Amino acid sequence: MTKKQKKMLTRILVAALMLIGLKLIPTAAFSRLDGLLFPGAGRWLRLALYLVDYAVIGYDILRKAVKGIIKGRVFDENFLMAIATVGALALAIYENGDYAEAIAVMLFYQIGELFESYAVGKSRRNISQLMDIRPDYANIEQEGRLIQVDPEELTVGTVIVVQPGEKVPIDGVVTEGSSVLDTSALTGESLPREVQPGDEIISGCVNLSGLLHIRTTKEFGQSTVSKILELVENASSRKSRSEDFISRFARVYTPAVCGAALALFLLPPVIRMLFLGLEAQWGQWLYRALTFLVISCPCALVISIPLSFFAGIGGASRAGILVKGSNYLEALSKTRCVVFDKTGTLTEGVFAVEGIHHSSMENEKLIEYATLAESASSHPISRSLQRSYGKEIDRSRVTDIQEISGQGVTALVDGTRVAAGNDKLMRRLGIDYVPCRSVGTIIHVAIDGTYAGHIVISDLIKAHAKAAVSALKAAGVEKTVMLTGDASAVAEHVAQKLGIDQVYSQLLPGDKVAKVEQLLAERKGGGKLAFVGDGVNDAPVLSRADIGIAMGALGSDAAIEAADIVLMDDDPLKIAKAIKISRKCLRIVYENIIFAIGIKLICLALGALGLANMWLAIFADVGVMVIAVLNAIRCLFVDKL
Amino acid sequence: MKKTYKIEVDCANCANLMEQAARKTPGVREATVNYMALKMTVEFEEGQDPKAVMAQVLKNCKKVEDDCEIFF
Repeated sequence: MTKKQKKMLTRILVAALMLIGLKLIPTAAFSRLDGLLFPGAGRWLRLALYLVDYAVIGYDILRKAVKGIIKGRVFDENFLMAIATVGALALAIYENGDYAEAIAVMLFYQIGELFESYAVGKSRRNISQLMDIRPDYANIEQEGRLIQVDPEELTVGTVIVVQPGEKVPIDGVVTEGSSVLDTSALTGESLPREVQPGDEIISGCVNLSGLLHIRTTKEFGQSTVSKILELVENASSRKSRSEDFISRFARVYTPAVCGAALALFLLPPVIRMLFLGLEAQWGQWLYRALTFLVISCPCALVISIPLSFFAGIGGASRAGILVKGSNYLEALSKTRCVVFDKTGTLTEGVFAVEGIHHSSMENEKLIEYATLAESASSHPISRSLQRSYGKEIDRSRVTDIQEISGQGVTALVDGTRVAAGNDKLMRRLGIDYVPCRSVGTIIHVAIDGTYAGHIVISDLIKAHAKAAVSALKAAGVEKTVMLTGDASAVAEHVAQKLGIDQVYSQLLPGDKVAKVEQLLAERKGGGKLAFVGDGVNDAPVLSRADIGIAMGALGSDAAIEAADIVLMDDDPLKIAKAIKISRKCLRIVYENIIFAIGIKLICLALGALGLANMWLAIFADVGVMVIAVLNAIRCLFVDKL
Repeated sequence: MKKTYKIEVDCANCANLMEQAARKTPGVREATVNYMALKMTVEFEEGQDPKAVMAQVLKNCKKVEDDCEIFF
C-alpha cells in the first residue's frame, strides 16, 4: 500500500470504530443530559459527535466538492457524495433521527475508493512485472574486469558479457561461449534455446547456464526488448469502442441522474399537493432523491472497462502475443475470416526432405550421394539436402562437378558417376525414371547410369498447422483463406491437408493486397478479417487488413511496425489462442457493462419507488464497482485458453 | 513530435478529464492519457516547445483535477 492508501485505511478504521461506538449509545442516554445541562444539550452533543465522525471520513470529499463547484465542474462523484450525505445529515438533524446512514454511505464510498486504488495499483504492478524484461545494465570487459554500464550508452559492435542469470540487454551475435537461453519472457515458450558462437541472440532472453560474449548489432533503442516495451506500454492508449462508449456514457449518465434526482425531489410532492390534495412529504422524497444521487456514480464502469482491456493485453503478452491496442483486441474478438500467407505461417519457409521413393539402396546412402553431388551448389535444395544428411561433407570425395542449369548436376562421387536432378535431366541422360505423384520438388538420382530413386523436397508444413486451423474453426472463425506465390498444385495440396477453405495461388506480392481487398469487400456484417503473415515482404497487406497479425516476429522490426498483433514465436496455434483471449476479454467487458448498468438501473427504479434505502444504494455503487473490478482482473488469466 | 510523460492521478474518470484538458491546450495536436500505465502521450504541433506547452498542460490539468501530477 502507498502512504496515501495507508492514511485512508486509518481514517476508515477510526471512523468505523467511532460509528459503532456512537451507535451503541442509545439516544435516550443523550436525552438524560438535557436535565443535567440545558434543554436540547443531549441532542446537540449527539449531533456534534456524529459530525466529527463524518468529518474524519469525508472531509476530503467535501473539500473536493467545493473546489469542483468553484471551478464550475458540478457533476463529479465528489459533488454527488457530498450532496447525498449532507442532505441525509440535514434530514437526520431535522428529525433527530439516524445520522449513521449518512456516515455509513461516506464510509463505504471511501472503502470502495480505497479498494479501487489498491486493486488497480496491484494489477498495474502485476502486469508490469510480467513485462519486466527491461535490462538495467550491460557488462563490458575493461582491463580484465567486468564493469556495468547503461545499455543506452553502448554503440553498435561493442562486445558485452552476459553472465548466467542475467538478461541479454541488446540484440547481437554470440562471439564466445555457449549457453542455454530462457526466452519465456518474450515468447511464452518455456522450452530453453541453445546458442553457440555465431548465433544471433535477441535482447530480453535470460542466460541460463554459460558465460556469453556478445557483439551487439543494434543500439539499445532499436533492440527487440525496447521495441516490445514501447509497444506494450503504448498499447492501452489506443482505445476500443467499448471504452469510448463508456466515457461518453459517463458524461451523459451522471448529469441525467442528477436531473432525475432533482425531478424526483420536486415533482411528486408538488403533484401531491396541487393535484391530489395530499400531504407533500418533502422529507421522504428528499431521501429518495438523495438515494438516487448515491447510485448515480459511474465509477464501476469507468474503472472496470479499461482495466479489463489492460489485464487482457497483459495476459496476452505473457503468452507471447503482443496486442498493440485495446481496439485491436476488440476487433480480434469479432474475427470471422482469417487469411494466411502460406510461407512462414503454415509452413516452415525452409525446404526439407519429405520422402524418398523407389530407392534401390538404403535411404541414407541415396541422400549421401545426392548431397555430395550437389555440395557445390548454394541453392536452397542443396542446403536442405545437407541438413537432411546431417554429417560433415568431405568435398574431396567429389570431383568433376557439372551443373546443368535448370536441370541438376552430375559429378563423380568416390569414383562413381552420380546424376541428381529433375525429370529433364533424366530424359537428357536417357535414364528411365519413375515419375513422382507427390507434390514438391523432385530430385531423381541415377548412379552409374542406373535409376536409383528420387527424393521429394518440399516446404514443410508446421507441426501445429493443422491443429491451428481446426482450433480457429472451433474458436468461431467461419472462413480460412490461404494466399501463396506457389504453384497451384502445391498450394491445393497444402490447403487440403490443413483443411483450409479457400486458396489463391501463384500470386505476386502485389496481388496479395488486391486479394485481401477483394475479401474485405466480400465479407458480410461486422465480421472482421485478419491477415496472418510472417512479416517478410507483407507489410502492405498487414496494414490493409482489419487486423494484421505478424508471426515469428522476434527481431523483425518491419513486422512489429506494420502489424497490429505480433506473435513472438512462430507457432500458428497462437492465432487461435489470441482470438480466444480477445473473446474472453470482451465477454468480461460486456458482462461488466451489463451488470453495472443493469444493477444501477434496478436500484434507481427501486429508489424512485421508495423500496431502496441508502444501504442498497451504496451497494449499487461500491459493491458493483468491487465486483466489476474483480471480474475485470480475470482477463489476466489466459493460461488455460 | 510525440512524447510520453509519466503522470500521477487517482481515478479513471480524473484521467479522462486530464485527457480532455490536455487536448484543449494550445500547441497540443493530440493527447491520450493511459490511466492503466499512468502515462500521457502528447503529440505537439509543429514548432512548439514541448516544455512550455507541457507547463500549460499541467496547469490546465490541475484546473480540472488538482490531485494530479505530470513529470516532464
